[in-house]
Amino acid sequence: MTELPIRTEPIASAMPAFRSTIEAGTLRAVVEKAKTQKARLVALWGSDETTRGGAYALHLALALRSGLLWLTLPLAREHPRYPSIADIYPCANRMQRATYDLLGIHAQNSPDHRKWVRHRAWPGGVFPLRKEFDIGTSLPASDDRYAFVKVEGEGVHEIPVGPVHAGTIEPGHFRFSIVGEKILRLEERLCYTHKGIEKLFETMTLAEGAKLAGRVSGDSTVAYAWAYAMAVEGASGTEPPGRALGLRGIMLELERIANHLGDLGYLGSDVGLTFGFFQFWRLKEDLLRLNAQLFGHRYLMDIVVPGGVTRDLGRGETGLLLERLETIRGEAATLKSIYDEHAGTQDRFIMTGQVLPELAEQMGLGGLAGRASGVWHDLRVDYPIPPYQQVEPRMATHTRGDVAARVSVRFEELFESMRLVQALANQLPPGEIRASVAAGAAGGRGIGWVEGWRGDVLIAIETADANRIHRLHPHDPSWQNWPLLEHAVHGNIVPDFPLINKSFNLSYSGVDL
Amino acid sequence: MYQLLKQIAKTGIVTEPAPLPDAALREVEQKLGEVILKHFGRSLAIRHVDAGSCNGCELEIHAMNSPYYNLERLGIKFVASPRHADLLLVTGPVSRHMEVALKRTYDATPDPKLVVAIGDCGCTGGVFGESYASCGRVSNVIPVDVAVPGCPPEPLAIMRGILTAIAPGKRR
Repeated sequence: MTELPIRTEPIASAMPAFRSTIEAGTLRAVVEKAKTQKARLVALWGSDETTRGGAYALHLALALRSGLLWLTLPLAREHPRYPSIADIYPCANRMQRATYDLLGIHAQNSPDHRKWVRHRAWPGGVFPLRKEFDIGTSLPASDDRYAFVKVEGEGVHEIPVGPVHAGTIEPGHFRFSIVGEKILRLEERLCYTHKGIEKLFETMTLAEGAKLAGRVSGDSTVAYAWAYAMAVEGASGTEPPGRALGLRGIMLELERIANHLGDLGYLGSDVGLTFGFFQFWRLKEDLLRLNAQLFGHRYLMDIVVPGGVTRDLGRGETGLLLERLETIRGEAATLKSIYDEHAGTQDRFIMTGQVLPELAEQMGLGGLAGRASGVWHDLRVDYPIPPYQQVEPRMATHTRGDVAARVSVRFEELFESMRLVQALANQLPPGEIRASVAAGAAGGRGIGWVEGWRGDVLIAIETADANRIHRLHPHDPSWQNWPLLEHAVHGNIVPDFPLINKSFNLSYSGVDL
Repeated sequence: MYQLLKQIAKTGIVTEPAPLPDAALREVEQKLGEVILKHFGRSLAIRHVDAGSCNGCELEIHAMNSPYYNLERLGIKFVASPRHADLLLVTGPVSRHMEVALKRTYDATPDPKLVVAIGDCGCTGGVFGESYASCGRVSNVIPVDVAVPGCPPEPLAIMRGILTAIAPGKRR
């Protein structure tokens, strides 16, 4: 079934997906084999199985050429542990630490045992994702000390930034070690916006979870809502109508266009070209107003639901959408030529915040940042399923891995997404937009895997009885990309940090959960 | 450069009229006197604090700076430190991990200060509610003058909330 020497069974999903249960003793051998096959580690999480006759379990999602492989390792009730895989997949480091903080599942021989999700809200030795832990428990503030890596030497000093930042961005802490203006090291500490999303899902029915899924990371609401819907549809054996899939594709591309327009504007203002900010944000506002007019919400929240979508496009509305998009496309093309020919802008973009392909591959850089650094993956291209199958998306790629490369990928994707919206709208099949969702049995599994604007968003779900959620792990591509930001700024000057950061524009809420 | 100037000329001025204050958004009565309000009305410095949002409200706060809304024309601007701020614009349910940072930011803001809570989460805790990880609404952690509902509230609604905070008026 897959390229790995293990027995797998298919998971019912719109995406090709398989599952396998393995022993902790074979984990490293399987993962090493996967790495040699150039598989990507998509996610790592844990679960408490004590309410259904087990103890604990570790889960891994690997992207193979044939599809997504969901590996499960049953673990013991006493001292649940498994061998760390962070030496094979460096991006596993933070995921392993989060799994310990939330469930008390220990990664042996890990290079880093510091806490990750846990700050003040609960003390060590308490594990909020264990079933015995009540979601309403309020514990006294615990000690929040954290051992940042200290850089020593003559003239080295630290700049602590955040969690409250100088601009309108999400909260997180950045610890810069610098000499003069040059950054020697950046260390991130995230999870300030941890608001118990995974625990909250376990109090919900499959129907209720859709709204929360759309708010894991607000800027990717369509991607998350679609991934959630795909997972629930797979677990319950529901087939969404073809017209709903086409409309989901249109909305996902509109989300990509809106985010790229906004970030291209900020990338201009971050190098002093405020003209770029005002022009791109005018275009973005035009698009948001169009979204509100056609779908009833500027960011398209709560429109993708399990079974289909809640809003249809009439023929006149489709015409309006394509006409307005064409206007935006023309203006964006003018702005691209202004950016391209603006020497001051290009001077700041080129060779700033570089992540070379070798490092990107090794560390698992993904999404648009990966595509700018020679790691060429895009779910819409790698596993073409409806509605993308019919419209053949073209992947935007680059190899230089600097701010300019990420800008280039964004421009290419902007125009390609506009082409895709047009193609999807012209081929929209007639018929219903929503199927009723069948009742799922307890113990069902579902996988939702969608290429959002930042990269691939995964929702892995296990169902309980009465259409409730036993465990749900939402995974944002920012997990993989945050560690690379630490590398990208190395050797750059502090004033270029906002520019480099914006060129990635990673989600905090999506990883803090 | 010619192309850039041509684009500016072609675009013209797209800024739209600002909304009026709405006393229905008030959580508490206006504490500031007419004289001070007159000055606030002409120059207001805002520090935004994301206390745990999903980042949806941030998108609309950014949009207020787009040329359609152009918040700065009203003398209202975002500043980098709470020590320079008159008003805190707070988004999200307050996560327990952000509780101390939000309180410290509030304490660092000089008096007289105003707080506007943004979005359903800021107003009620929203979909995240109160839990081991979330303190819920902003007013559970710091005093709030004006609360703007919406998921996320549109830029005009946020502007209306800010203008309400610096307008005379009782709670309706």
